[in-house]
Amino acid sequence: MRIEASSDDHTSAHINEMRGKSPRPSNPNPKSSILLDTTPEDHHIARMTAVALGLTVLENAIPSPLPGVKPGLANIITLIVLARYGWRAAAWVSLLRVLAGSLLFGNFLAPGFFLSLSGAACSLAVLALSLHLPQRWFGPVTDSILAAFAHIAGQMAIVYLWLIPHSGIAYLIPVFATAALVFGTVNGLIAASFMDKTKTAPDDARERSKEYEK
Amino acid sequence: MSFHSHIKPGDYLTLSGGIAFTVWITFAVWSGGIADTALIRSGGKVFREVPLSRDQQIEVPGPLGTSIITIEKRKARISSDPSPRQYCVRQGWLQQAGEIAICLPNEVSVELTGGAKKYDSLNY
Repeated sequence: MRIEASSDDHTSAHINEMRGKSPRPSNPNPKSSILLDTTPEDHHIARMTAVALGLTVLENAIPSPLPGVKPGLANIITLIVLARYGWRAAAWVSLLRVLAGSLLFGNFLAPGFFLSLSGAACSLAVLALSLHLPQRWFGPVTDSILAAFAHIAGQMAIVYLWLIPHSGIAYLIPVFATAALVFGTVNGLIAASFMDKTKTAPDDARERSKEYEK
Repeated sequence: MSFHSHIKPGDYLTLSGGIAFTVWITFAVWSGGIADTALIRSGGKVFREVPLSRDQQIEVPGPLGTSIITIEKRKARISSDPSPRQYCVRQGWLQQAGEIAICLPNEVSVELTGGAKKYDSLNY
């Protein structure tokens, strides 16, 4: 990540770097006050997180009948990143999205933030396991459904252990489970259909993933 | 647009598993426990604990007068109470574990208990 004081001649170098075409410049701009070395992977993760954030903002505009019942559209991005770039990149995108989203909506370190974090962490843990399912039989839909259930499980755990330590919240489990089932399936289908559609397209993402290994 | 092409065989398995789990947990949580005991409190203390298996009427003294609790066919209700607004009487029959009728002015309450779970509508 790079934070710059000025922007003029280094712009093209910056763009080249973002496309992953040039090796990382040692210091393209001597005027720059703070310069962090970044890899193309960093940029890619940042871009994916930005898309996920866009979906989060979009989703927040949708009214919800019950707090916590949300489509979780940003998880579509997590699923795609998971399938194409592996678990590590997906974890980055998912956790960065939670952090940046909380800053965006002003609930950083508020209960809502910890609910999101716990849900995301549980989803990622389950996704790490579901990755090992045979690819021939299980696709993104399975990952999505399992992750959605893990998400509500993580959230309910926080709610029960911290916010409302009363067994009465169990009444809400069927509502959340139904939402997880429906939205998990829908998100998985969206991710699967997106990936099937872009499979044959010239995929610069695939090239980029090769570049990671260099 | 057909979604079938995007679903792998195992995904149907996961989906059916998810549906089965959701249905099971809905029944497990929402059907409520079967009540077998009525816990009668007066002035914050347990007055009596009676089984629902025997039909009977119980008179409970309170600061305003006597409340009458009726137990019939494994259900319980407060059939008479001196409280001015009669909320607990109008609540009617209690049947599931966790249900509770409270007459605040007369400090009398009936709560049904039983099974392992104890949910109530007050803390909901």
